[in-house]
Formats: sequence, C-alpha cells, structure tokens
Amino acid sequence: MVPGTRRASAATRLGVGVELLYAIDRPLEGGEAIDRSGRMTVDMAEATLEEFARLSEERSRLAQAQGRLILDQAASWVRAAGVETVRERLVFGGLVDNLRDHEVDARLIVVGKRGEAENQAAAHLGSNLERVVRASHHPVLIVPPEQRPLRRFVVAYDGGPSSTKVIDILTQEPLLLDAECHLLMVSAADAEHRSRLAAATARLRDAGYSVNEVLTPGQADKVILATVRDTDADLLVMGAYGHARIRTLIIGSTTTALLRASMVPVLVVR
Amino acid sequence: MVFSQSRAEWFGNSRGDLLSGLVVALALIPEAIAFSIIAGVDPKVGLYASFSIAVIIAFTGGRPGMISAATGAMALLMVSLVKEHGLQYLFATTIVTGVLQVIAGVLKLGRVMRFVSRSVMTGFVNALAILIFLAQLPELRDVSWQTYPMVAAGLAIIYLFPRVTKAIPSPLVCIVVLTIVSVALGLDLRTVKDMGELPSSLPMFLIPNIPFNLETLGIILPYAVPLAVVGLLESLLTASIVDDLTDTKSDKSRECAGQGIANIATGFLGGMAGCAMIGQSVINVKSGGRGRLSALVAGTVLIVLVVGLGDAVGRIPMPALVAVMIMVSIGTFSWASIKNLRTHPLSSSIAMLATVIVVVATHNLALGVLLGVLLSGIFFAWKISQIFQVQSTISDDGRVRTYQVHGQVFFASADAFGDAFDLQEALDRVVIDVRHAHFWDISAIAALDKVVLKFRREGATVELIGMNDASATIVDRLAIHDKVDGLDLVPGH
Repeated sequence: MVPGTRRASAATRLGVGVELLYAIDRPLEGGEAIDRSGRMTVDMAEATLEEFARLSEERSRLAQAQGRLILDQAASWVRAAGVETVRERLVFGGLVDNLRDHEVDARLIVVGKRGEAENQAAAHLGSNLERVVRASHHPVLIVPPEQRPLRRFVVAYDGGPSSTKVIDILTQEPLLLDAECHLLMVSAADAEHRSRLAAATARLRDAGYSVNEVLTPGQADKVILATVRDTDADLLVMGAYGHARIRTLIIGSTTTALLRASMVPVLVVR
Repeated sequence: MVFSQSRAEWFGNSRGDLLSGLVVALALIPEAIAFSIIAGVDPKVGLYASFSIAVIIAFTGGRPGMISAATGAMALLMVSLVKEHGLQYLFATTIVTGVLQVIAGVLKLGRVMRFVSRSVMTGFVNALAILIFLAQLPELRDVSWQTYPMVAAGLAIIYLFPRVTKAIPSPLVCIVVLTIVSVALGLDLRTVKDMGELPSSLPMFLIPNIPFNLETLGIILPYAVPLAVVGLLESLLTASIVDDLTDTKSDKSRECAGQGIANIATGFLGGMAGCAMIGQSVINVKSGGRGRLSALVAGTVLIVLVVGLGDAVGRIPMPALVAVMIMVSIGTFSWASIKNLRTHPLSSSIAMLATVIVVVATHNLALGVLLGVLLSGIFFAWKISQIFQVQSTISDDGRVRTYQVHGQVFFASADAFGDAFDLQEALDRVVIDVRHAHFWDISAIAALDKVVLKFRREGATVELIGMNDASATIVDRLAIHDKVDGLDLVPGH
C-alpha cells in the first residue's frame, strides 16, 4: 500500500518500529447471489444467511491471502531499509475506521497518495486519502509514488491552531531535524503577522532547525506550491483542515487542493 | 466522519439499492393493502403509512438496508381500536406510539431486548405468521367458487415463477396475471376497490380530529404501549437479522428513535403505525439492497405507482392478495422451529409454544412476548439454581466441620442451601467456605442467616470464609447475623 523505503526512512529517523496495516474492505455479497424474485421463502432469514456465508467464505479467504502477500512484500522492503521492528496487521473493514482503532500509539501515519487505480485520473486523490487525513489525530505523511531524498522542506504556517501544532510536532519529533526548513506564511506583511512568524521561527531554531523565513501575500495554495517549486523542497509540512466542514463544503479546502496538486510528499498535522 | 459515513450509507451501493428498492416497492403494495384490511381501515391508510414510514426511516433509521412500513404485527394490535373508536383515534394512537418509541430510543431501551430470548422471538414470528394466515380466512368464506382456483393459481405463480426467472418479483407477476384474468373473464370476485378507498393523491398533513383530554389518552395509551413495544421488538429483531445477513453493525437506539419519528409523521399524514418488516428486509438484502437509498426508493416508488395506477390497483382481485399473504405467512413462519422442538431443550420449546399460544388466543403479540420473557426468566432461574452444591469435611477429632458451598445462592436455591447443613451434629466450630459461591438476594441472605443462627443456638462457633466482594456487599447491606451481637461469634469476617 505504501512505498516501503519512504516509510522506512521516516522510521529510522524516528527510531521506531513500523506497523503495516492492510484493510480488506469487504465487498458486497456477489452478484450471483442476488435474487429479485421478491418471494418469501421458508425460513428465509436462515437460508439466506447460509447462502451468503457460503458465497463470501471463499472470497474472504482469497482476499486474506492477497492481503498477506502484499503485507509480506512491504515488510521485506521495510526490513531491507533497516527497520528492525516490523509488525504486519491484516484487518477487515474500511481503512479509515481501522486506522482510528490502530493509531492510538502511532507517532506518524504514512499513506500512499493514490492506490491501485492511480493511473486512471492523475489529478484525483486516492479514495482513502482525504478521509484518512480527516480522521487521524496523528501526523500523516502522504507520499507520491516517486522517491527523492529529503534535503529541504517547506512549512506552511498561518498562525492558526493546527499550524501551531505543526511547530509543536516539529520541535518534538526528530524526523526532519537535519533538513533545511523554509517557514512560509502566506499573508500581508504587517507587523502582527511578522511577529507571529518570528515567534515560530524562534521556536524552530531553538529546537535545532536551520530556518529560512518567508512572508508572501497571495492565495494560499498557489503561493505554497510556488514556494515548494522555487526552493526545490522535497517535502511540504502543513496543518490540516483548519476551517469548519461546512465552509470547506462550499468553498473548498486549501488542504485538499494542496494534497491534490503537490508533487512532493506532504506531512499533514491536525 | 459522520458525513462520509452517511454518504456511504446512502450512496455506497446506489445501483443495488435502486433495483432492490423497486422489488420491495412492488412487494409492499399488496402487503400494505392486505394489512389495512386486517386492521379494518381503507387500503389508503396502509399505503400512506408504508410510503411515509419507509421514506422517513431511510433518513432517521439506524439500520441501513432495513425496510419499515405498515406491518401485520402492528395491524393486528389496532383492530379493536379501529372498530370501537374509529380512524381518527388510530391516527392519534400512531402519533403517541411514535412518541413512546422516541422516548425508548433516547433512553436506550433497545438494550432491554436482550431479555427477549431466541425462543420467544421464534414464538413471536410463528404467532405472527399464524395470525396473518388466519386473517386471510374471512376472504375465503362466503365467496364465489372462482376465488379458490384463483388463490391456487396465484400460489402456483408465486412459487413456480422464480424457476423461470428471478429477475422480476413473482408476487407481482401473480397480481398482474390474476388481475388481467379476472378483468378479461369478468369473474365474480371481490376487488381491492370493494375494500375501501385508495389513495388518489399524495398524503396530506392533518391533525387527528379527536378531543384532546385525559379520556382520549385513556383510550389511546392501552393501544399505543403494546404497539410501541411490538414495533420496537420486530424492528430490533429485523435489525439483528439484517446485521447478520450483511455482516455489519447497526445503531439500535437510533433505530428506536427513528422509527418513533417515522410513526409520529405517519400519524399526521393519515397512516397507521408500522415497524420494520422481517420478510421485506430479507427480500431487500437478497435483492442486493444495502443502503438507506433502498428504503427511500421503495417508499417513493410505492406511492408513485399507487397514485399513478390507482384505477388498476383497485381492480386487483382479492384472491391475488390472499395468495401473496399466504406466501408471506409461510415465509414468516419458522418451519425449522417445528423440527427443533425435538432437539431443543424442553424449556425453550415451552417458552416458544407458550408465546405462540397466548398470541394466537389473544391476538396480542405484546402479551405473548411478555409471557415468553417471564417463562424464559423462570426457566433460567431454575436452571441456574441447579448449579449449586455443598460439600463438607469433618476434622479428625470430630469437632470442626468445614462446609464448602459452590454455585449460585438466590431465591430459587435458598431452600437447597438451608437443607444442605446438618444441624443434628454437635460441633465446636463450623466453617462455611463460600469462596466458590455467590449470594444474590435477600432470600439467599436470609437462608445464610438462618444457618448461622441455628448453628449458634446449637453452641457452635461459626466462621464464614471467602465471601467474594459482590456477595460481601449484599451480605453487609442485608444480613443480621454479624450485626446483632454476632461479631465475636463470626471471626474472620
């Protein structure tokens, strides 16, 4: 589900183990079982249940075997990249619901930008991605299929609660410490914004980062993408979904727009 | 999450839901008409109810993929209300039923359902099947001879047509064919039109035309309470069946409240109270329905068809409906339960049969379930009281006897507990080891008190050991032997 080496490099930096989670989203009972005769049969509930069980048994077994294979392959990649503790976890149900149950003791969640059907619509996000980001309480790293070493990263900072959380996480976790940080704030260059940005810069520098301050006015998603491109950054770090869901529904979300457009990995902090 | 989850609940299976909703709508029409006739109201009342309940519960229910509408179980409970007080009182009762169900949902009373055992549930569906069948008999009495071959032909179509194709509902084929035959041949048969008014428009909001006073409430409540109970019972039973079939979970409290809301609205729209339908829900799942959309489609298609085809619906001959209802009763009855009578424990068979007998005798599903629950409880208490044993050992010098009590001590086993001690024996000291026992109620405590006091009167010192915490709590609260000058006599406690 995830390019193993990327995951592994994050893990070695954090000094933690990796848990590989593969969720078998159970499909509906097969088409061949469908009976539209509308007839009530003798002991229909039991009979129907047995029929369904018979039909889904074989399918579940195959799905499990497939899931195991995928996990084993991923685990061998992760191990090859130098991570010692690798746990495999095969579960039934939606990825998002399972993630919520499994993420309790996780420090970072890594997902691929797009799944199996990635080539179908290049600008679309994977079906799980946005839901994972919304559901997770931990930082989520979204990786595109292409790999690149991490030298520089851009932090999109707006002074709001979720981007303050970004700074908190960066100061707590050693993940990005040896990369060069560009702290970007998209807003008018007034005194208040300047002082907020300076405060965040100070916190990061205290934590040992080498920080480059950038304050640019403009439309958030465009400026952020341009900065990533201009600085040749390898990673974008940002807070996620700072606005109410209803506002997001109507005018769209900067987070989703960035996730979609970014060509580099994105680390999203909620 | 809530949003995306409900989006999946609505549109996660759109194609399957649309088709299955269509199948269910077609299956619902004859049932809604037949249940109206059982309740003694115009077909319009059941059809409006089925429309509004199915559509509203699609939004408010807690079990996507389940079909709710006007049902036989509910119709059977309102017969005498309609006969004695009329339609307006039925609407008001429907509203009150809904209010009670919303309260049950808010208080999470769905959990009380666990006291309704499987045997009682089986008895419930069997009784329901029998009552639906019995309700068809009046349609077969004092009718023209053509009725009988028509019913037989209808049943033949319903059961044999699926061998030709399972793509279209066979009950619908039965109705269409019999209607065409009866109209073409001009047969002397009663039709749906003869049974009362059919809907000619969408339902309209109305406030029941009844006096709003305590007297009215006194009439309504005795009907609304069993309606609410039976409605929730059948809905929660159906929900767990759908849970099993689809291997997913449902929100039972939301289902209770959702059904209440649907019933309240239905009362104001001139419909009768309803609940989830076991048969239709299984048909829905079997036809590929999983999401909320299926119930919405079923309700909408139903009303569109009935209003649009009003004239044709009126011409449906009663024998066609009778055939469909016979199929419904055969499908609802748990035939396996007859076979199981031989293999299941006698106590569960008795609970099941008692439920059936009481329901068939009283035509009140709530009473039967109540009796079944009581019987199950008594049988359970009796069984648990068997898990009780007292062993004893005497010391070498014959002065100290240690009793070891195992199992559950409560009202049903208290006598056995009292009898287990030998009071004739003269002892210095008696040790009662209750490490493996549990004292549940005041009967158990009274029995323990009696034993301790009797030994003391015989001059023995009594020592109680190993009261576990739960037992100790109830002993501390209720027992007298260690409070009234008994402390020095029960060391170690």
